[in-house]
Amino acid sequence: MLRLPEFRYVKAGSLKGAVRALSDLGPDAMVVAGGTDLYPKMKRGQFTPRYLVSLRFLPELKGIRPRGREGMWIGAGETLTALCEHHAIKGIFPSLAQAAGSVSTPLLRNMGTIGGNLFVDTRCNYYDQTFFWREAAGFCLKKDGEICLVAPRSKKCLAVFSSDTAPVFCSLGAMAILVGPGGERRVLLEELYRDDGIGFLTKGREEVLRGVVIPRAAFGVRNVYLKLRRRGAFDFPVLGVAAAMSFSKENICLSARVVLTAVSSCPKVVEGAAAVVVGKRVDRTAIEEAAEVAARASHPVDNADMDYWYRKRMTKVYVRKALALLAGLES
Amino acid sequence: MEIASETAKTLLEVLREDLGLTGTKHGCELGECGTCAVLMDGKPVLSCLVLGVEAEGADVATIEGMMQGGQPHPLQRAFADLGAAQCGYCIPGILLVAKALLDSNPHPGRDEIREMLSGNLCRCTGYTKILDAVEMAAKGRGDL
Ligand SMILES: Cc1cc2nc3c(=O)[nH]c(=O)nc-3n(C[C@H](O)[C@H](O)[C@H](O)COP(=O)(O)OP(=O)(O)OC[C@H]3O[C@@H](n4cnc5c(N)ncnc54)[C@H](O)[C@@H]3O)c2cc1C
Ligand code: FES
Ligand code: FES
Repeated sequence: MLRLPEFRYVKAGSLKGAVRALSDLGPDAMVVAGGTDLYPKMKRGQFTPRYLVSLRFLPELKGIRPRGREGMWIGAGETLTALCEHHAIKGIFPSLAQAAGSVSTPLLRNMGTIGGNLFVDTRCNYYDQTFFWREAAGFCLKKDGEICLVAPRSKKCLAVFSSDTAPVFCSLGAMAILVGPGGERRVLLEELYRDDGIGFLTKGREEVLRGVVIPRAAFGVRNVYLKLRRRGAFDFPVLGVAAAMSFSKENICLSARVVLTAVSSCPKVVEGAAAVVVGKRVDRTAIEEAAEVAARASHPVDNADMDYWYRKRMTKVYVRKALALLAGLES
Repeated sequence: MEIASETAKTLLEVLREDLGLTGTKHGCELGECGTCAVLMDGKPVLSCLVLGVEAEGADVATIEGMMQGGQPHPLQRAFADLGAAQCGYCIPGILLVAKALLDSNPHPGRDEIREMLSGNLCRCTGYTKILDAVEMAAKGRGDL
């Protein structure tokens, strides 16, 4: 049996209590929501917390309010199943329902939460292995070792950010609501990420995500999420493309966002691709150019499933397809 | 039922080791196969990724509880009639997930069955018989 190591389980009674526990217990404490990322990683010795502060039973993290004053509120503790089956989400933000519904399997989606999905650890073929495997192969920069086994000359860890829903939320301009020792703050979700396989989150260790708000401005925007992976279930994305576009009555593109996942250590907002199509009647030529720009910004490395050059090539194919779908050139 | 167990034990370990309910199988123990599926408050979950303590107060259904009044559940009957199991290792998980599907949607289409069972790997059957059996049980369940 692959067992969990010893730890102490702290069942927080309130969000404030959870934040206080994180401060009191120090760097040896982590929060756990669904546990679908955390527990496998603890079994493999990738995470070694001595204390787990559970968010599982907190009512403050629950609820989906589709038409709030500011926009759509989604509690961080809602499950992926709740998101992908939600009537209003399917209607207004099909990309979000597609992304949440594409995570792993129905069983895992009943457990995994949206907070856990946004902060899911970065991945790498040399890191997502048992302790035994990693000890035999030599530890890597991200855990217990000193060099990156993918690119030994790299000073930076190249583990891949592989969340399905993060690029979608970023494409819709979502705000994250964080609660920490100093109280609550809101920040544009994309600002919570940086391109570093180890320190991929900019938030404080003691900050807990309460929920996410998709602003009203995103209502009515056309949106789509496309995911590349080997099997139709179980697998993480080896490439994900979230795209959102709005159009005038004359079919001129008013706004566009293209965000990639699994091509670097954070969600990659490709502003250049959006700039190509905004202000234009979007035709095949414009889409081709935008897809080219996106592929140039995509830098997969040899540390996930499928060849990296193939994943880079597929960036162009998937962005082309996503934009064509939104522009009504494909169905 | 009340049980004292170590915090670090998963629900899978509590069921198999502390309660002797070995009908729930263990495979990868990492969320990658679905063989450990149980129903928690009616929903299928992976018991290898739930702590025993997290199941406190929940209604947990395992394969041991699938018979009704000493009679096999229509799904169990259909699997037996069709020979949908080979080695049988994946079947407890598959039966429970299929049960959750039929409980919420008594007449699922083939695609809905396929989607619901997409998280349960089987090394033997090639899946066709499994899908057939769920479809057959759904068609024959006038009484449920
Ligand atoms: C077999 C398998 C396949 C998977 N496939 C996919 C996939 O296709 N796509 C994908 O995106 N993911 C996938 N995952 C990863 C993971 O299951 C999901 O991302 C899931 O949504 C994580 O949510 P959770 O609630 O279980 O997170 P947890 O495991 O509880 O937590 C994950 C991380 O987030 C932190 N965290 C959780 N909630 C909060 C919060 N509210 N505030 C602050 N920090 C928080 C935790 O401390 C931890 O570091 C897969 C996992 C497995 C085991
Ligand atoms: S044992 Fe494989 S998913 Fe639980
Ligand atoms: S019958 Fe053997 S694994 Fe499914």
